[in-house]
Amino acid sequence: MGETRMAKFEEAPHSIYEGMVPVARLKDGHVYRHVISLLVDNEAGVLARVSGMISGRGYNIESLTVAEIDRDRQLSRINIATSGTRQVIEQVKAQLGRLVPVHEVRDLTDEGPCVARELALVKVACVGESRAEALKCCEIFRASVVDSTPQSFVFEVIGDTAKVDAFIDLMRPLGLVEVSRTGIAAIARGAAGFLKDSN
Amino acid sequence: MAARAAALKAEDHPEEFMSGARLILKALEDQGVEVVFGYPGGAVLPIYDELFKQNRIRHILVRHEQAAVHAAEGYARSTGKVGCVLVTSGPGATNAVTGLTDALMDSTPIVCLTGQVPTHLIGNDAFQEADTIGITRPCTKHNYLVRDAEQLARVIHEAFHVARTGRPGPVVVDIPKDVSMGQGRYAPPLQSASAHKTYRPRTAPDPRAIREAVALMARAKRPVFYTGGGVINSGARAVAALRELLALTGFPITSTLMGLGAYPADQDQWLGMVGMHGTFEANLAMHGCDLMIAVGARFDDRVTGNLALFSPGSRKIHIDIDPSSINKNVVVDVPVVADCGEALEALVAAWKAETAPRPGLAAWWRQVAEWRGRDCLHYEQKGPVIKPQHAIQRLFEIAKDRDPFICTEVGQHQMWAAQFCGFTRANRWITSGGLGTMGFGLPAAIGAQIAHPDALVIDIAGEASALMNIQELSTAVQHKAAVKLFIINNQYMGMVRQWQEMLHGARYAHSYTEALPDFVKLAEAFGCAGLRVSDPARLDGTIREMLEIPGPVVCEVAVDPAENCFPMIPSGKAHNEMILSAQDAAAKRITGEGLALV
Ligand SMILES: Cc1ncc(C[n+]2csc(CCOP(=O)(O)OP(=O)(O)O)c2C)c(N)n1
Ligand SMILES: [Mg+2]
Repeated sequence: MGETRMAKFEEAPHSIYEGMVPVARLKDGHVYRHVISLLVDNEAGVLARVSGMISGRGYNIESLTVAEIDRDRQLSRINIATSGTRQVIEQVKAQLGRLVPVHEVRDLTDEGPCVARELALVKVACVGESRAEALKCCEIFRASVVDSTPQSFVFEVIGDTAKVDAFIDLMRPLGLVEVSRTGIAAIARGAAGFLKDSN
Repeated sequence: MAARAAALKAEDHPEEFMSGARLILKALEDQGVEVVFGYPGGAVLPIYDELFKQNRIRHILVRHEQAAVHAAEGYARSTGKVGCVLVTSGPGATNAVTGLTDALMDSTPIVCLTGQVPTHLIGNDAFQEADTIGITRPCTKHNYLVRDAEQLARVIHEAFHVARTGRPGPVVVDIPKDVSMGQGRYAPPLQSASAHKTYRPRTAPDPRAIREAVALMARAKRPVFYTGGGVINSGARAVAALRELLALTGFPITSTLMGLGAYPADQDQWLGMVGMHGTFEANLAMHGCDLMIAVGARFDDRVTGNLALFSPGSRKIHIDIDPSSINKNVVVDVPVVADCGEALEALVAAWKAETAPRPGLAAWWRQVAEWRGRDCLHYEQKGPVIKPQHAIQRLFEIAKDRDPFICTEVGQHQMWAAQFCGFTRANRWITSGGLGTMGFGLPAAIGAQIAHPDALVIDIAGEASALMNIQELSTAVQHKAAVKLFIINNQYMGMVRQWQEMLHGARYAHSYTEALPDFVKLAEAFGCAGLRVSDPARLDGTIREMLEIPGPVVCEVAVDPAENCFPMIPSGKAHNEMILSAQDAAAKRITGEGLALV
């Protein structure tokens, strides 16, 4: 097993035919982090179906976000960051695909380059020198100050998970008191979009 | 809100509207439902009232909602149709949960209508309220809460579509009382399978996968077919195509517990069942093959034993309609996501067209013959006590000309039934495989008997399992379901005792079935005939007597309490580490990680 690896899109499977995942890939015992996006019917209980299936089957979920993205067609998008061996990731996708209200399952990590962003609100209680230090970090990370009192700041930072982690780590010695994160929103780079072809 | 809007319109156009309960019945009729297994209660009274007013759908009153679902499973599995269940809210729905889980594990198509408290009370801890949707979400293929009578017909049609197609399974439709009492318009069934906006299971195999599979088959020197319940679920076409493919290839075949009957057990190519209590030849063929062709089977742990040691030298083809079954436990070389029937037909056609020279299979068959020579199911019937295997073997021998449906409970008797009933037809074997539900067999037998009133339906039971849904004898009597409850009484939860003997130093903690009822008197109390036999010389006569009595019969067979079920692959072991007999068991103690497995 060992540490979790970031999967690179160059490692995407070269399918012999649809549904075929090369055996060597499935037998790779390393743990990879994947970002999976689902298009689902925005109906009551759909999030419970997804999260219940994931917890019931013991998959490892790092982040799960959901929001409606098309009001007319009642579609929501769920973004899941998960890690597991290739075999487990394939299972997660297959199990998600089995849920009746799921339109589409996309493995953004496998399909090509993608952007994944999250937003964090970070509250730091500090006075004196720490304030200047916090503001400097804020500038470096292109975070913004969304609330300020003589004793505190609330920063808003947006970026990939690693960047948000790094910012929070920097705030820790400066008086970090609270963090609120959104979890990731992710999307593939390039022109292709999955709203177009799903109906 | 929506319900109120519909009600207003209903006043303007009364001719287009009907009550929710009437909509439900009409939808069931249009789905071809002939029988509903159910139990009434407050939340479903409007639906029962509608049942009362019509004659097209027959209602079978059970004595416990768990049994309603098992009966519907027996109905479904003996006919290939969707089984239909109707239960009330709260305790009615929670009682059904075991049955639903059973149907999910064994991919049995069920539509279960559950009553619910009125919508305005949902979430208020109302009388007989349970979060049925929440409770049944993980034990159904899908479930629906209908909040508006206008949606009832559409949802019920969709429920049948989802239950029946793809990998079949149970679907719950939860119906609040104000919805079944409300007004709505009817919607006809879905016109085509592709009409659903998200749910469209793939049934046609990828031709490239078929080509690759046949190329592997043509080169194989030690091939074996490993088939499962998916072939039976797929239906008569799949069974016919499987038999043709076996005739064409001449390969040996084994099957899971769920797949018995798809290929006839009286054929030379049949190796017997695979798995924990499978035959020596089947398990060693799986272990030693160079090509495994899995069809509608899911590499369950009862089949594979220790995964790391499972069939180490083989390439694997896996045909399954459920993509999540593929590469779940065992990584395969050629996945074929398709309906078993369509895939098998494609394989037949491709095999006929394949011209590559094929290696002979003589050496492989010689090896199989050697394994068969071990006669792994051998037992000795001697002395004054009936051996359980003998009772089951004699039962099947005497009954088989009548093309019986055999149901079972769970335990040793179930495994012996699987080993000793040589099924030659599909849909004749109805057992709880995935969930292993004691109490399944009697209601399942009643369901099968309701579907086939003139057939011989037998539940091979253990004395402990039989007591788990024994109240259903009353159902059998009321509905004139002439099931034969054949109880193998070994005075133990035999399978539990066997594991305690082998794994826990023969400390038989609570596995002795004490204070058993007098089964003959019990049968009579229910209005059934009761028989008992303990003398081997009288066994055949008693079986014949049981078969000749026209109504439901309970026949108790007192058997050797110490008999164990072999062969057995102990948990954590590989197929080639089978225990063949009691003497063998002593030599192969189960230790280490195996102890923690189930
Ligand atoms: C509902 C349920 N509870 C518990 C079990 C565990 N279990 C498996 S087999 C068995 C014993 C069955 O005894 P019996 O029906 O007498 O059959 P035998 O093994 O003696 O043939 C038990 C308790 C089960 N399978 N199902
Ligand atoms: Mg017993």
